[in-house]
Formats: sequence, structure tokens, C-alpha cells
Amino acid sequence: MQTLDMADIELREMNATLHAQAENTNQTAWEIKNPRGAHAIACGLDAPIEVTVKGSTGYYCGGMNKQATINIKGSAGPGVAENMMSGTVVIEGDASQYAGATGHGGLLVIKGNASSRCGISMKGIDIVVHGNIGHMSAFMAQSGNLVVCGDAGEALGDSLYEARLFVRGSVKSLGTDCVEKEMRPEHLEILADLLERSGADAKPEEFKRYGSARELYTFKIDNAY
Amino acid sequence: MTDTTNGAPRTTPIQSATFSDPINAEIRRAAATGIYDIRGGGAKRKLPHFDDLLFLGASISRYPLEGYREKCDTSVTLGTRFAKNPIKLDTPITIAGMSFGALSGAAKEALGRGATLAGTSTTTGDGGMTSEERGHSNKLVYQYLPSRYGMNPDDLRRADAIEIVVGQGAKPGGGGMLLGQKISDRVAEMRNLPKGIDQRSACRHPDWTGPDDLEIKILELREITGWKVPIYIKVGGARPYFDTTLAVKAGADVVVLDGMQGGTAATQDVFIEHVGQPILACIREAVRALQDLGMHREVQLVVSGGIRTGADVAKAMALGADAVAIGTAALIALGDNDPKWEAEYNALGTTAGAYDDWHEGRDPAGITTQDPELMQRFDPIEGGRRLNNYLRVMTLEAQTIARACGKSHLHNLEPEDLCAVTMEAAAMAKIPLAGTDWYPGKPNTSF
Amino acid sequence: MCGIVGLFLKDKSLEPQLGSLLAGMLVTMTDRGPDSAGIAIYSNETKDQSKIVVQSDTPKTDFDGLEVALANASGVTVGMEVSSTHAVLSVPNGAIDAVRTAIAAVNPALRIMSRGDTLEIYKEVGLPKDVASRFAIDVMSGSHGIGHTRMATESAVTTMGAHPFNTGNDQCLVHNGSLSNHNSLRRKLRREGIHIETENDTEVGAAYLTWRMQNGATLGEALESSLTDLDGFFTFVVGTKDGFGVVRDPIACKPAVMAETEQYVAFGSEYRALVDLPGIETARVWEPEPATVYFWSHSEQPIKEEAA
Repeated sequence: MQTLDMADIELREMNATLHAQAENTNQTAWEIKNPRGAHAIACGLDAPIEVTVKGSTGYYCGGMNKQATINIKGSAGPGVAENMMSGTVVIEGDASQYAGATGHGGLLVIKGNASSRCGISMKGIDIVVHGNIGHMSAFMAQSGNLVVCGDAGEALGDSLYEARLFVRGSVKSLGTDCVEKEMRPEHLEILADLLERSGADAKPEEFKRYGSARELYTFKIDNAY
Repeated sequence: MTDTTNGAPRTTPIQSATFSDPINAEIRRAAATGIYDIRGGGAKRKLPHFDDLLFLGASISRYPLEGYREKCDTSVTLGTRFAKNPIKLDTPITIAGMSFGALSGAAKEALGRGATLAGTSTTTGDGGMTSEERGHSNKLVYQYLPSRYGMNPDDLRRADAIEIVVGQGAKPGGGGMLLGQKISDRVAEMRNLPKGIDQRSACRHPDWTGPDDLEIKILELREITGWKVPIYIKVGGARPYFDTTLAVKAGADVVVLDGMQGGTAATQDVFIEHVGQPILACIREAVRALQDLGMHREVQLVVSGGIRTGADVAKAMALGADAVAIGTAALIALGDNDPKWEAEYNALGTTAGAYDDWHEGRDPAGITTQDPELMQRFDPIEGGRRLNNYLRVMTLEAQTIARACGKSHLHNLEPEDLCAVTMEAAAMAKIPLAGTDWYPGKPNTSF
Repeated sequence: MCGIVGLFLKDKSLEPQLGSLLAGMLVTMTDRGPDSAGIAIYSNETKDQSKIVVQSDTPKTDFDGLEVALANASGVTVGMEVSSTHAVLSVPNGAIDAVRTAIAAVNPALRIMSRGDTLEIYKEVGLPKDVASRFAIDVMSGSHGIGHTRMATESAVTTMGAHPFNTGNDQCLVHNGSLSNHNSLRRKLRREGIHIETENDTEVGAAYLTWRMQNGATLGEALESSLTDLDGFFTFVVGTKDGFGVVRDPIACKPAVMAETEQYVAFGSEYRALVDLPGIETARVWEPEPATVYFWSHSEQPIKEEAA
């Protein structure tokens, strides 16, 4: 285990050290101490290493992650794992707004609650939230899966494309063009896999599925404004 | 003239200037379809522009440089503030961001080829970076847009600069648009969208709002790219003084300012013609912001929106820009709206020079399309050659003017080298009306 | 555009540390706004006295003998304590308006930062650390306070453009965001007789609340109607004599984090602002909901946390 203490080194040095880890590094386990809400921690990683952040982070922790596994032993600020390509980010606490925004791949697990705009414009990422999510989540979500074990806030899935949304609890309101959809066996399979990989204590059968009504897919008089 | 065919004198029919033919046609179109007009291109209305400014030239009080013997440097370096690797260009005329999707892959390649031959940069667009474009562009600026289509860290690290797009001149405050006809398999795959849908992209970035957040976003992008490449911020001509100030405060290396004449692949006509300021009105305000911050020439200013000739380039630089970007002009150089396709333009209900239905993907020139047959018409190598020629001509023209004003470098052109021939241009550009030392709004003068 | 902090103490034993905690929180938000900074502190209630804080760009000359001149002009006793460019005037309860009139008469160039029984606002152009040390904020005690560091968007970088804005006796407000209808609202409020000094959007937000409360609304009601009448993006934190409140616009893009323990309720634009607070590791940390008014008070009322 290698330790990087942000009380001793600057953000630049910490990220440069992590960026220097190649595919075949031996030093696969890293610990970051004293994050104290700093921004851009462990962003832009591209190696199969495991990074554990011992505390809460600011904006864009794990941003654009590839391959790496990042564990945040606290809460995450806005835009955690934004535009993630692959790998895994696990947050023990809560996540602020825009969690997993525009993510293309990988798995984001939020063990607490996620704030507004969780999964906004997601493009293939899988997001599992053990708690609740805030308003405007999955806005313009394009593809991937968003699983919410708790409740969803207002305007879930507004202007949704082809992402799949699974919510176990209540949904305060659905956004424009988001509708409840039939849960088919393949969806239960996807859910079972995601729940298991994210360590969520829930059964696929307890969820409802939401998706796009595809009414906004063409400019029409009825949906022009 | 009076018509007396029926005996009594009659008035001649008079068309209303308010309810003109185009306005009436648009009312009928709206009434028939129930949807606003979508088109490509920039503002078509007449606006005060660079044509309304003239250079004074040298005579007895100033000495010109010898055209073919005495050097007039055109090089420019962008991104000198924080980036380890600023971009060095041989000419200050760059290629503006235009998306793969809006343009064909071959057209993007041609832009890269032409820019590279001319020693300048080209820019990706809303839709990601294609391999053709990266492969053929020596200097490639990667746009970071609200939609984040095709956004990935590998391309980010492959880019020579990153341009965070906050807005564009054709539609400050608006998002992108790409209609179904142009969402081909390849475009759909790059954007993670279903094929053939009408795609609308967001107007705000998904994960930051305002300059305080932007500062943190810039930090993240710099951390991911190791502080190597310059970070540009592109804004539409809305409130250039404030927007430039805030871009600089948020940590930009370069500010890109796009006036309302700047083009787009597809947007509501009402947006194109009625939102934003002409570029002539934007430049001095942006420069004033940089000067107030002590950052003029430290943070470079790139302006765009209706740049067509070397004279436009020289005038933009005299007003304080460090470089310019061209979009529409580059497409015309590649062959867009060429009269050789007139019959086909007529078949589409338009004429060469007026064709702006780029969103429909039926471009006879094969440039703003994803249609395999139409794309065949466009040769990227020939397109690249033409663009290089055009960039070189513009650069030579700008040099010609600069030498005539006694400058051994384009960036030594000054506002004092100019006069204005209209009151509007004088007021907007803060350049004295020809024959006077006055412009409307000049401090300590009264009208 | 800005960084905001707020701290409301439930545990009186922390009161001597209020200034240092709040100043520390604000300094961590410096990156969000390097133009100007300000802090409002509620402290030192004295039974018969109220306070007016005034600011001068030329304090040496302006504050020299000011209390005597004001006493002569107003007919009441005026005490004065100078702190850098600010002076805290103490006046008998009920004499605030008389002394304000006297200030306008004696030296119209003086700027009123705040007025009330316990409220003191200190604000200047500059970084939070410089503003905090100029006024020795870190040795101040108090029951609650709010702070702000500003990145000016459209209006001037001046002392009067700095936050917090005083909205009435013992009331103040800070803002992060950008209002989009403040010009027409300013004209309307001016027609209603409300004094608005600057072209700043936040001052209009503050004046709006003042106007609503002058017309009988409670602070909570005024905040709730602000959700309808103010357009654009805003997170407001407001202070009153007894408490503090938070409200975000319905879109709620601008960041906001809150923390609550047995000892305090805290607000920060980012979590970083909260990391040095005692017991933060075990605090309840959450983000305020959009279009929802939150309010905490030292008086007997229960916590008001109701949807608008």
C-alpha cells in the first residue's frame, strides 16, 4: 500500500504520481489521506490500480476515470466520476450533484444518497445508488443503467434517450418524455447483476423500470415547447 | 407612376417594408407547419461590419514596409499564460469548431489538411474527435461542450488545446441541434444516440454553472492533461466585457469570442437573426476587459463571426485580437454553395450562395452531409489544397495591409490605424469617423 | 458568483470562537470569489443599545470626532469604536433612524454597512484572509454569522457591491448565483420607495425581502415569495437577530452543503468550507432541496423546514 498524504503534497504531485502508474505497475494499491474536500482528486486515471480516499472529496473526484477502482471513504462533491469510461468508483457516503455525469462506462456506486442531476447525460455508465436521488436525475440520459434503491426526486429522466432507470421507492415526478415501462426478464437480469456487484441489499423484483416514451425523438408541434 | 387603364387614376401597389415577402412567407410557413424555422449558417441581415472600417495606410508621417523584401511576421502563440505547451501558429487565421455530424468525415479531414499545410490549427466540434481529423491536423483544438458527445480522456490527452465551449455567436444561450437526417450509424455511435432521431443538445454544461464552478472545471481538465495544453474558453457575443473578465478570472489561457455572424449547422432562424451582438461591437469590449485586468496579450483573444478576407483579419487584429477563426468561409473555400451545383440548389428550392438547409443533410457539395453518395463528391485532398490556398491568400492580404501601415508584425496593427465610414461602425468599434477625430460615445466629447 | 458560508451556534460555549470559525470557513472559499469579502456577525447584545456600522474610504478624517457630530445632530448619545475602514456606532434603542438621518446630514459620503441590535457587517474589496485580518474577525464572538466571498459578474467591484447586504434592522443576506430580472425589479422597488444603492443583483434580492417584510410578510413568507418573483439562479443565506435561513432557486445549480450537530448548523458552498468545524466527521451533512425554505432560530420556535 502506497500512501499519498495531501497534508504533505500538492494535488498536482498526487495526481501526477497516480497518472505515472502504467498498465503493468506493481504498486496497485494507493491510499490518499487528508483529502479535506479538495477538488479533482484522482481524476484522469488510466491504470488498473485501486485508490482509497480516506475522507470526503470536492468537485470531480475520479473524473474521466479509466480502469482504476476508486473508493471514497466519505462523501463526494459535485461531478464525482464525471465522464467515467471504465473502472469502478464507490462512495461510502453521499454524492453531491451531477454524480456520474456524462459517464461512458464503468460502475459508480453511491452507498448514501445522491443529490440532484445524478447521471445527467449518462452515456453508458452504470450507476447504483443505495439511498435516494435528487431532482432532474438522468436528465437527457443516453444509455447505461441508473439503479436507485431509495426514492427519486422531481423530474426523473427528463428528455431521456435510451438509458434504463430502475427505482425501488417512490418517484416524486417523472420528467417530460419519461414513462414507466414493463420490466422484462432481461431487465431483471441486468438489475440482479448490478445489485450484486454494488453490494446493494435489494431484490430486482422490488423495482420499477422507467424509460423514454420517445416522443421527443422528432420535432413535432406537440412537443416543440 | 399612375395607372389609368380603367379611367380613374390608381395607386401603384406598394409592398410593405414591415410585412415584406420573406416575412409573409415565414408567417405562412409557420401557420402551415406549427414549428419554427431551422436552418444553418449565420445572421444574414445587414450588420455593421469590418467593411465599414478602413485602414489609413502610410504616406509621409508614417513609412510603409517594402512588400516583397521587408519582413512582416504573421506568427502567433496561443496559450502562454499557464500551459506548458502553448500553440505556435504560422498564421493567426485558425479554423473554428465544426462538428463531425454537421460535416462529413471527409470535410473534417480536409479542414485538418488545409490548416496543417497553412501552419494553423483546426478544431473539433459537438460530436467528438474523428481519427481522420486527428490524423490530418498538426494542431487540433478539442472542444469540450455541454453535450459531451464523444468526449473521452484519450482524445483529451491527444489534443493540442482544449476549448471549453460556453456559447457560440449564432446562438448565445442556446444548445446544439442535429436533425435525424444526419444521424448516420457512425454519428449515432460516436454520440451514443439512436440513429435517425432529431437530437437537441443542452445549453448549459451538465456539471458546472457559472465562473466559480468553471474555475474548478478548468482545474480538473488541467490535472487530467498534466497542465500541458492551453485551455480556451469560447463565448458567443453576448456581454463580451463581463464574459471575457470572468473567463480570465476562472483561469483561461485563451478567450474565443464569436460574434452573431458566426455560423451554425442547425438552429432556429429566430436565434440566428435576433440573439447576440455583431462581432464589430464585441472586440473592443473584450479587449477593454483584458486591459482592465492587465491581461491583454497575456491571455490571447481569438475572434470569429463573419471573417472573410485578409482585410477582416487585419481589422480584427487592429482592434486588439490576437488571432481569428473562420468557419463559414472555410466551408465556402472547400466548395460549399459553389455555383457549379446551381441546378441541384434550384431543385432544393434555393440558389448557390443562399443554401442554408445544412440540417437536412442534402448538401449538393457533399460537405454538410452524412449521405454516402453526396459525400463521394467531396475530395478531402483537393479540399485541403483549396483551404490552404485560401488561408495563404488571406494571410498575404493581411500582411499587405500591415506593411502598408508600416508594421513588421501583424500584431502591431492598432485601432489608430483605422477610420470608420459609418456612424454605426464608429460607435461600435470606437474608431473615429473618417476625416474626424470623433466617434459616438467618445469620452469628453459632446455631439 | 461566489462562495458562501454560514454558522449558527446552538452551543453557547462555542460563541467565543464564532469569528475564527467563520473566518476560517470563508478563507477556504477564496477561489470561488477573489474580488471582495464580507462577514456579518451577530454578537454582544446590550440591553439599551443598538448598533450602526459605517464605512469610509478615508477613515482617519471621516471618523475623527464623528460620534460628537452625530450626537449633536441627532440629540442622542453616540458611542464609537473604529476598526480599520469601519466604525461601530452604539446608539440608544429606538434611535437608529434618528442617527441614520444624522449620518446623512453630517457626512453623506459615509456608507452604512449594517444596523440593528446585534448585527455588525464588515466588508471590503480584497481577499477573505485580508478582510478577516483587517477587521480582526477571528477574535470576535457571537451567536451566529454569515460570510461571503465574491467573484463579481456584472456589477462593480466596490465595498457597496460586497456582500452581506443589510436588508433591515438585524437582517442581512448573501447570494451565490445571478439574477436575470433584477433591473426591472429594481425599478419597481424604487418606485415603491425602497432605497437601492448599486446596480448589484443581490442588493435587489435583499431590497425585495425588505419590501415584502415592510408590507407585513415574515422572513419565511418573503423568502417563499422570492421563489416566484426572482428569476435566475440563486442560493441565499439570510441572517436575522435570532437565526438564519437558506433558500435555493427551483433549478438549484449553485452548490450548497449543510451540516448539523448538537453544537451548530453550518452552511458552505462546498464541503471544504466545513472541514475544520468541530465534530464534522459525525455531523449530519446534506444538500438543501430546491425551492425550499430552511430556517433555524434561537428563539423558542421549532425548526422551520417546509416546502414552499
